[in-house]
Amino acid sequence: MVTSITSFSRNGVSDWLMQRVSAVILAVYTVFMVAYLLFHPDLDYYTWSGLFEQTWMRIFSLLAFVSLAAHAWVGLWTVTTDYLNATYQRVGVQMLIILAIFVYLVWGIQLLWGA
Amino acid sequence: MSNLQVSIYRYNPETDAAPYMQEFQVDTKDRDVMVLDVLHMMKEQDSTLAFRRSCREGVCGSDGMNMNGRNGLGCVTPLSDVVKNGKLTLRPLPGLPVIRDLVVDMAVFYQQYERIQPYLQNNEPEPAIERLQSPEDREKLDGLYECILCACCSTACPSFWWNPDKFVGPAGLLQSYRFLADSRDTATRERLSDLQDPFSVFRCRGIMNCVAFCPKGLNPTRAIGKIREMLLADAT
Amino acid sequence: MSNLRSLTFDAIIIGGGGSGLRAALELAKSGKQTAVLSKVFPTRSHTVSAQGGITCAIGAADPEDDWRWHMYDTVKGSDYIADQDAAEYLCSEGPKAVFELEHMGLPFSRFDNGRIYQRPFGGQSKNFGEGGQAARTCAAADRTGHALLHTLYQNNIKNNTTFLNEWYAVDLVKNASGDVVGCIAMCIETGEVAHIKSKATVLATGGAGRIYASTTNALINTGDGIGMALRAGFPMQDMEMWQFHPTGIYGAGTLVTEGCRGEGGYLINKDGERFMERYAPNAKDLASRDVVARSMVMEMLDGRGAGEDGDHVFLKLDHLGEEVLNKRLPGICELSRTFAHVDPVHEPIPVVPTCHYMMGGIPTNVHGQAIMQDDKGNDQVINGLFACGEAACVSVHGANRLGGNSLLDLVVFGRSAGRFIESALNEGIDYLDATEADIQSAMKRLERWNGSEEGESVPELKRALQEIMQTDFGVFREEKKMQEGVKRLADLRERINNAYLPDKSNAFNTARVEALELDNLMEVAEATAISALERKESRGAHSRYDYPDRDDVNWLKHSIYFPAEKRLGKRDVNFKPKTVDTFEPKIRTY
Repeated sequence: MVTSITSFSRNGVSDWLMQRVSAVILAVYTVFMVAYLLFHPDLDYYTWSGLFEQTWMRIFSLLAFVSLAAHAWVGLWTVTTDYLNATYQRVGVQMLIILAIFVYLVWGIQLLWGA
Repeated sequence: MSNLQVSIYRYNPETDAAPYMQEFQVDTKDRDVMVLDVLHMMKEQDSTLAFRRSCREGVCGSDGMNMNGRNGLGCVTPLSDVVKNGKLTLRPLPGLPVIRDLVVDMAVFYQQYERIQPYLQNNEPEPAIERLQSPEDREKLDGLYECILCACCSTACPSFWWNPDKFVGPAGLLQSYRFLADSRDTATRERLSDLQDPFSVFRCRGIMNCVAFCPKGLNPTRAIGKIREMLLADAT
Repeated sequence: MSNLRSLTFDAIIIGGGGSGLRAALELAKSGKQTAVLSKVFPTRSHTVSAQGGITCAIGAADPEDDWRWHMYDTVKGSDYIADQDAAEYLCSEGPKAVFELEHMGLPFSRFDNGRIYQRPFGGQSKNFGEGGQAARTCAAADRTGHALLHTLYQNNIKNNTTFLNEWYAVDLVKNASGDVVGCIAMCIETGEVAHIKSKATVLATGGAGRIYASTTNALINTGDGIGMALRAGFPMQDMEMWQFHPTGIYGAGTLVTEGCRGEGGYLINKDGERFMERYAPNAKDLASRDVVARSMVMEMLDGRGAGEDGDHVFLKLDHLGEEVLNKRLPGICELSRTFAHVDPVHEPIPVVPTCHYMMGGIPTNVHGQAIMQDDKGNDQVINGLFACGEAACVSVHGANRLGGNSLLDLVVFGRSAGRFIESALNEGIDYLDATEADIQSAMKRLERWNGSEEGESVPELKRALQEIMQTDFGVFREEKKMQEGVKRLADLRERINNAYLPDKSNAFNTARVEALELDNLMEVAEATAISALERKESRGAHSRYDYPDRDDVNWLKHSIYFPAEKRLGKRDVNFKPKTVDTFEPKIRTY
């Protein structure tokens, strides 16, 4: 059996499932956002930040951010293992991607729950 | 198309530093012959041309090749199916090392086939006659057991090009499912656990080149989908 | 020459088709050092093209079915020159061999009760010809050979058989006492030549249909084993007996299974008449193959053939309906559309009798041991040499093989050869090693081609050979034409001995393989021609205008061809089965 220590779960079934589930969450979040923007043509800062004051919205957004992080990692891991044949190059790029995803995730959480 | 212009990939490791394309003029006498017939005519002009062939009727899987950009069997592909503007370009199957001319080294393809344990496993004692199987259960093997191992599918699959050592590829997975689907096989669990990693099955991205090029009209993508369903059912 | 690499095995099996793989499987399971040497990847072997099925009395279609009835049909089909002890072994061991295949995973089609599907085939009867048509051919749709070959290959993978794939056997190596102790072989990919040492050498090299211009056989069917054995000085049996299959696709030569007629299809002439009713009132289209093929040729000679030249007839299937055709004969529909541009669902397929099977071959006993005759004409086993499958002549097919009996022959005698070799190895085999000179003499032919500097080209000579065989040794034969043919072949042999191989490269040199194959085609053609000329009667597939009747007084015999003197002798047919009464020769009607 092929081992894949840098893959999301080292298991194809759960990676695959994660990719699908996160995609659904991201799709729902996107549809919600688009609909929200359409229903609020004259959107201002107070309405917008009001939305994000709601606890359910923060949870929903956090779920979407985490999904995005997982989705991106599974997808980009696949891309790097397809196209980058040199091991050091591949591991280096993978580390950069992990770092970026981590930074974005923490930053996102800070935006949501921070001051 | 009485004078067909054929451009063919040539490489002889003993004499050529690099592969090149050679031009042939072939007189087909206006008949819609098969690509393999054209190759035989070319070999009479130049006996050094190397290609594999055996049954010449599409069941042995020897003469998989790339004809005007499409993988297929030379022996069952009439010129009218592939020739454009009186020109035919022949190349070896993509993605495998070339031994000589159209002959490719299929070792990695066969290794992936062997890896899925392509044989029936049944740990129950053998009956004195055959094991019974209902026509409905037998029908589940249709579209699977007919594979001729020509490699037209796997060598058309980008996922197989990138990871031929880790991704089983459409041909191997079709055979894997042929045994998973067989009511007489009792090794389902073991077979599935060998396929759980992120590469063996899950590198299939549903590109479906395999379906487009299978000369036997088989559908590996569907078989791969079924394996995924079985893996999911087994793991959740 | 001592720089030749040598590879040593307990047993080497030359040929990766059905019989070779079945023998290999038996030996691999026993743990003997075995290798299969094949000029193509095993699943590219010609067994893969077998369609209709494997005939065997497993009692699925009819629980009353009896292997003795199958044996009766086989002996009658052979026109009484099958060895009855061998036919008995084939038919009685058959069910075990077929059940083994099923246990290995062969995806047979099924009856509603879950048992293996069996269809009617030509020459099959119940109750020793008294009970009407039987359905005895076990089938996996119309891809039985494919299913069988892949199943055997898969089980060899399971048992870790060693494969020398894309290696070409050049010639047998004999030691000072005349025992076969291995062969010279060439790796096609690299051109490396090696000496393969072995205590048992099995020729499972299949048929040689490519001696004819029109054949259902694969391009690789060039009689390599027959050629090797003849060059080593060993005799061949019944080489005049070539089966012409009634239904090769007109123009292309590809096979359309007898199963089509088993499922209810029938032949029609240009007037749409079902002509087999006239020639074989009882069995009609399911008479045995020699009878149907001759009837077709007679229709054409009488001006009832179809097409501008009146040179083919039709196989009508459309009345079976699309569903039956798709379920039972899907491969035929595909082949017909590809090669005849005809959809059998709507139109009949143009067909013509086409060379299909070599009933003759290397004479063997039921254990696969090759046999020659001593000075007094007694059978003598050739030490170290075995044969099975189409290359062998056990003989279970005699002068005409029944449909579906070839696949059974492969597995029954492949298995039996494997078992015999295993026990012989266990008892210990000790032959003299080959000397440098012995090896050198097996290298001669390869060196001749490699040293050739000018001469005629291989494809040209091959065409000439095929043309001679097609015109002078076809379905109907006669003295004068055959004499001419033998003479033309003698000339051709000279030309081939001086032919030229322009490409001397090493890597995957298919031109060299084709040149070596041409030598074998020549050997087979000559053995066929001389045997056909000398058998002065008509029996089974061997039909002569000048001797139209069967001559049991002089020719209820195997013919045996000795290559050194190019002479034809006779060998007794076995009429002593062990457990059943002898089937006495009768007039053969269907």
